Amino acid sequence: MFSNKKFPTYAIYYLIILILLYTPLVLLVVFSFNEGKTVTFPIKGLTLDWYVALFEAQDLLKAMYNSLIIGVFTSVVAVVLGTMAALATTRFSLPGRNFFLTAGVLPLIIPDLAMGVSLQLLFHWAGISLSLWTVACAHTMVNIPYVMLIVSPRLQTFQGSLEEASMDLGAGYWRTLFKITLPVCAPVLIAGFLYSFGVSIDEFDLAYFVTGTHETLPVYLYSQLRFPNRLPLVLALSAIIIAVSLVVLLFTEILSD
Amino acid sequence: MNEEKKRAFFLLSPPAFYMLLFFIMPIGIMTSYVFREGAFGDARYIFTLDHFKDFFTTSSYHRLLFRSIFQAFVTALFSVILAYPLAYFLAFKAGRHKVIFMTLLLIPAWTAWLLRILAWKILLDSTGLLNLFLLSSGFISETAPYLLYSGTAVVITLVYIYVPFAALPLFSALESVDQNMIEASKDLGAGTLKTFFQITLPVSVPGVAAAFFFVFIPTLGEWVTPTLVGGAQGIMFGNLIQEQFVKTLNWPLGALMSLILLVLIIPVLFFFNRISGISEYAPV
Repeated sequence: MFSNKKFPTYAIYYLIILILLYTPLVLLVVFSFNEGKTVTFPIKGLTLDWYVALFEAQDLLKAMYNSLIIGVFTSVVAVVLGTMAALATTRFSLPGRNFFLTAGVLPLIIPDLAMGVSLQLLFHWAGISLSLWTVACAHTMVNIPYVMLIVSPRLQTFQGSLEEASMDLGAGYWRTLFKITLPVCAPVLIAGFLYSFGVSIDEFDLAYFVTGTHETLPVYLYSQLRFPNRLPLVLALSAIIIAVSLVVLLFTEILSD
Repeated sequence: MNEEKKRAFFLLSPPAFYMLLFFIMPIGIMTSYVFREGAFGDARYIFTLDHFKDFFTTSSYHRLLFRSIFQAFVTALFSVILAYPLAYFLAFKAGRHKVIFMTLLLIPAWTAWLLRILAWKILLDSTGLLNLFLLSSGFISETAPYLLYSGTAVVITLVYIYVPFAALPLFSALESVDQNMIEASKDLGAGTLKTFFQITLPVSVPGVAAAFFFVFIPTLGEWVTPTLVGGAQGIMFGNLIQEQFVKTLNWPLGALMSLILLVLIIPVLFFFNRISGISEYAPV
């Protein structure tokens, strides 16, 4: 499994970090089954009550539904626009190609706080009241670069012999694009969709500033943190979110390899 | 040829237009708010430079800004130091399973960001598990110190969040190190340490820079982590901005503060782009 005799020092270090990274998440899941309302050892007893209570919390279910809708909508738009950008920057020798690539990545690095605040001001200036639509606009903006970064490498490695064959046989550019290029890239397109879905579902900083009366799940979660007696419910929800993210991530990984 | 250009233009226009509308334009609008007396009613239309005066004469704002820069620096430094051996392990020692090992490292990083901060809040609390552990193992005496609500708590939590992200660019930089060069160096009699400092480390510098800045820049705008685990002792510049928008409703001052944040980041970005190239080490 390990290629070098000297693996132990580094492997042990890796393992320690891995354990440290997973411990907090495991704790959240463990305490979601705790009968007591405070998060301290020893655990008082095991219960599924908090999970049952989850399904009775109407506001929470509403927030979850909102997040799912925004996640799907924003990811579809981001995949379409992100793939267009990826096609333009990998398949054509554009003037200023590097500029577009670098500028395209900026939304991922600039602090979300600055983006969230400026988007809030944009909507205020334009007289657009905040709603789930404004959250979707913000999420699409961060997801386009992600999709571009996921799709571009595949477009680069898949060299155009199939495309050339298609065009030699008389298919036009657009026909080739839809019949050959995009089907060949289908796995990364799905990976891009899942990745942006994951980003959208988990995104807090932008949503916090541009959400209206209807909250997304992370915004709802944040508002609940103020109430200590809601903590068990939040923990149960956490466990579900962690489980769902794991599944989505595994699919993303499998598809993009 | 002309047909080719038209297609490229057709493909690039919609995403470019979208980014113009929702990435460039908001920053422009934010800049215009800086000069308004207020954000609501008639105050919207009154031009003023008062917010500049307010910002540049209030020393508590400056102190908070400098402390945040320092905190972001420490966070980025520790993240890179902790992530480097991880990336080294993945690139050189993990064999053919390195992708799986990398994925294992990234899973917690991609899962529920807010929840991981919550987990640390619970861990660091005075009745929390870390304190309990330190007490029972005899590291500390009966009176549990408050680990929670301090600048240190913020840095610990942020380092925890960013270590996997820092490992990613370090890993791709180390992977590009030519194994033949390492072998040649060893054949010529250089030891492991000398080889590391003469070859591996210099070649990985772009990755180190990328890792550092991918932590440093977003941390500068942090406000959620300081709110949850920092308390009054650990607040950062980002909290000040958030307050202007949510509590005091002084939007123009808040806009000015986040504009100052962006202006401070621009030279950092240029410097960073010079040594590593942003798009090559993008955090996906």
